Amino acid sequence: MFGPLVCKPQSSRNNKTGPWRTELRPKYLKKDCIACNMCLIVCPEACISGNGKNTYDFDPDFCKGCGLCAAVCPKKDIEMVKEG
Amino acid sequence: MSKTLFNSGHTACAGCGQSMAARLVIDAAGPNTIVANNTGCLEVFSTKYPETSWGIPWIHSLFENAAAVASGIESAIKYLGKGDEINVIAQAGDGGTADIGLQALSGMLERGHNILYVCYDNEAYMNTGVQRSGLTPFDTNTTTSPVGSVSSGNLRPKKPMPEIANAHGIPYVATASAGFPQDLQRKVKKAISIKGPKYIQVHVPCPLGWRHETNLTMQIAKLAVETGLYPLIEYENGIISARRSITPKPVEEYLKLQGRFKHLLQDPEEIKKIQDIADNNIKKYGLKVELQQ
Amino acid sequence: MKEFLEGSKAIAEIVKFCKPGVISAYPITPQTHIVEELAQIVADGKLNAQFVNVESEHSAASTVLGSVACGVRSYTATSSQGLFLMAEVLYNISGMRFPVIMTTAARAISAPISIWNDHQDVVSLRDSGWIQFHAENIQEAVDLHLIAYKLGEDKSIMLPVMVCIDGFILTHGVETVNMPSQEDVDKFLPPYNPPYKLDVKNPLTLGPLVDPEFYTEARFALNETHKEALELIPKITLEFSKVFGRNYNGLIESYQVKDAERVIVAMGSVCGTIKEAVDELRRKGRKVGLLKITSLRPFPVSQICEALKTIPKIAVVDRALSMGSFAPLASEIKAVFFGKLKKPKIISSFIVGLGGRDITKESIKEIFRLLTGKEKQGEFIDLKPELLKESYE
Repeated sequence: MFGPLVCKPQSSRNNKTGPWRTELRPKYLKKDCIACNMCLIVCPEACISGNGKNTYDFDPDFCKGCGLCAAVCPKKDIEMVKEG
Repeated sequence: MSKTLFNSGHTACAGCGQSMAARLVIDAAGPNTIVANNTGCLEVFSTKYPETSWGIPWIHSLFENAAAVASGIESAIKYLGKGDEINVIAQAGDGGTADIGLQALSGMLERGHNILYVCYDNEAYMNTGVQRSGLTPFDTNTTTSPVGSVSSGNLRPKKPMPEIANAHGIPYVATASAGFPQDLQRKVKKAISIKGPKYIQVHVPCPLGWRHETNLTMQIAKLAVETGLYPLIEYENGIISARRSITPKPVEEYLKLQGRFKHLLQDPEEIKKIQDIADNNIKKYGLKVELQQ
Repeated sequence: MKEFLEGSKAIAEIVKFCKPGVISAYPITPQTHIVEELAQIVADGKLNAQFVNVESEHSAASTVLGSVACGVRSYTATSSQGLFLMAEVLYNISGMRFPVIMTTAARAISAPISIWNDHQDVVSLRDSGWIQFHAENIQEAVDLHLIAYKLGEDKSIMLPVMVCIDGFILTHGVETVNMPSQEDVDKFLPPYNPPYKLDVKNPLTLGPLVDPEFYTEARFALNETHKEALELIPKITLEFSKVFGRNYNGLIESYQVKDAERVIVAMGSVCGTIKEAVDELRRKGRKVGLLKITSLRPFPVSQICEALKTIPKIAVVDRALSMGSFAPLASEIKAVFFGKLKKPKIISSFIVGLGGRDITKESIKEIFRLLTGKEKQGEFIDLKPELLKESYE
């Protein structure tokens, strides 16, 4: 029998949304990071990881380039740069 | 990848306030949670077969029935003797909550089910293309409350959903905002620690429908709170138990960042009406604190 | 054990024996006695279940959707407008493959508002994906609930089942009913153990969005399962007869059909009246018979064809309309024989008993009388032509 249509947990990781980025991507400078965790907290894609000062970075496979992490960083330690 | 119960790969728009808030909510609630989700953006962008972003048992049935489906889930786990182990969350957008789903929600609240209901309030029917809902603010330009030569947008103020929920005599009601993520998570944790029906309404900016830059989601959500347009309140057993105090900013600061209010910027009379709504909230809920010298 | 019971009480009793963990319903005449009785059974501690008093039929259906999704056997009941308010949830329950069992007290649809029995409500929901049984009497109604749970919860089926009983006639009527024992029910009906459910140990997503890549196959599979149910129903009724001693075909029942020249096709309680009329006419030497449809969905096409192909004249009795077209059951019976070489010469269609109008033995005999060489299309029986002359001008 086909159905019911059931999805395995967290299988959306098969769907890479990185190609959605057209103009900008974040650049984690890793200089003045105070490990406030805000970039990780606000990311709508849940694609930022890190644990401790200057360890945070984004996953280019999923980042859509919204720029929220850069906007929220209190130390301006994340920049939005031209997608290369 | 961070450890989360709402994972990457969903198809929400860049900068989506709802996808941010939904992750904060489920991560605060934890893995022993079952979610019933109304139809809407969140359901569509997170569960496109054969993939799902959710790491908890999750079910979608229809647009208006998550509260009733959750009532069945809660009754089933009670029957199974697991009522104390498992949290049940029903969640929906503003239209699914305040309009088409209001009856089912009211029934769920009145019957006393041990369920947390979360309304993600992005102030219009975004999934269908930005149509006006009962939670669309006054003077908003939407596709069904358009601005025209004889109209400055939506005719009515927001339906007072938190008060309506509170009027059911439930133990906990709160408003929250994507602009204050830790506060949101604290409220979710508090809610699930209380037995009975709980209602949390989260203000979630929608870059597409509100027409703002994707990197402004946080800032706009914060400004809604700081102007007094979206008061952050907690009710416990019917009485306001906490409020986020603000040093009020003028509403233009909030309005000017969003395309949906662009038509108001040259219209001081209409802005005054919106300022009155904010001032009224500030007075009604006692939000104002003076700056310390 | 033989008991003299009201239909609603008998149904509540059999539901109790099936041990649902969640019952949810909203009151609507003439379903009320069933759910009142169940509420009392739960209140008396005779059934360990959560009884959820919801604020609408839409929420009743949604609540049992939620509970059955957790792997807990669930039950609801409704009628008429309530069934229509449930409609979108019903399609959802079948599409999500959840075996909810529901009693539907068949009743007319407004307007004009009528609380009395016909089949417009249930027949209108024939495309909802639910298996749909129609009971002739209270005994059959009781037994079909057991068969419904066994069938719907079978892992190869996983579909909801609606047991349709004629409002008032079977809900409020009183009959001698042979009620089974709890032991026998337990022997017949295993605990519900679904292959998928909402479970924190295996956190599945149920009810996702599908694009055109998958939708067709999901609906195809649902349709295929209905065909599989056609095969399984007779096996389950055979098993039923071994435990309880009552024989049902589960799909159709032929009554005096074999040598008949004229046969009425019908569903529900009117079949009892038809059987009496058949007996009387047979005593006068008329070769008449009845073909009762028990399973409207799945529709037992080959069984109906086999039973009726040698009968010269068929009258299909509908207690519902499809406005502007053939009556619903009539059009399906005609479709059964479309293009067949061996088939009845005449398939006439009659409308009878709308909104609770009594169907007497005389009404049935009138149908047999009108079943002549000339085919009738949607002929109303017991119509009052004098009322049609009234107007508001």
